[in-house]
Amino acid sequence: MTGVPGFPPYAAMLGLRRDGTALVMPFDVSLIGSPGRLHGGSVAGLMEMAANMAVRDALEGAPAAIKPINVTVDYLREGAPEDTFAEAVIQRIGRRVANVRVEAWQGSRSRLIAAARMNLLIVRSQAPVADA
Amino acid sequence: MSEGEPRTELSADDKFRRYVDRFMSMVPHLQALGIGFVARGSNWAELGMPYAPQLVAYPETGVIASGAIFSLMDSAAGFSVLVASGRIEPHATLDLRCDYLRPAEPGKTVIGRAECYKLTRRVAFVRGIAHDGDADHPIAHVAGTFMFTGSPA
Repeated sequence: MTGVPGFPPYAAMLGLRRDGTALVMPFDVSLIGSPGRLHGGSVAGLMEMAANMAVRDALEGAPAAIKPINVTVDYLREGAPEDTFAEAVIQRIGRRVANVRVEAWQGSRSRLIAAARMNLLIVRSQAPVADA
Repeated sequence: MSEGEPRTELSADDKFRRYVDRFMSMVPHLQALGIGFVARGSNWAELGMPYAPQLVAYPETGVIASGAIFSLMDSAAGFSVLVASGRIEPHATLDLRCDYLRPAEPGKTVIGRAECYKLTRRVAFVRGIAHDGDADHPIAHVAGTFMFTGSPA
């Protein structure tokens, strides 16, 4: 673990750390797929964790489990062997579902290497207060 | 293998398996996730990802990360393109959608099976499932496309 509370072993394996509202995946050889390129799965893993983090932030501490429903990843450029960043934007968050868009980039913010859309299920721990 | 050990005849399948095992051992992210070759057909490929602590995303239940399953399926799909096309030409994922049908059962190996169901000159179409023992009770379903990225002939 890299000492980030709430970061599970898989996030630690990818070496993720938080940078404001973004997540950083510092380059490491273990992220490589074909020679000189990041594995698409490591970029997808980073983006899924960024989506998760954004939903967790939006819940502002409300007790809930966040579960992935699905994700669609578009690969725009090959991932170079360098640090990768991802940031998620919540399009809508309701009681049960969050619709999230994620972008991943290298170098500058506008140099996207992947874009994703993810839907996440929110299972709140407390029953909603019944309407009076 | 020690010297002088009798050479055993390897079937074509065993030879292929050795070749693939060696190839996959040189892919660092597959190594990190523990992903290995299981089987292949004329247009499909099956990879396995044994349960491992570093794959866990939900420490309270031991359920592994959906991202790890995505990596498994991306790899299996890429492999299916390779066997279906028989082309050494490099290919890259253009897009991949993954539906997470249910959590993988902690402790179980996840099998990813993908099929390249349509090939064109530049694009390969893939679909597949992940399961943890029973293919009729899948964990995930994927669909996507790959691009051949070599220079056009």
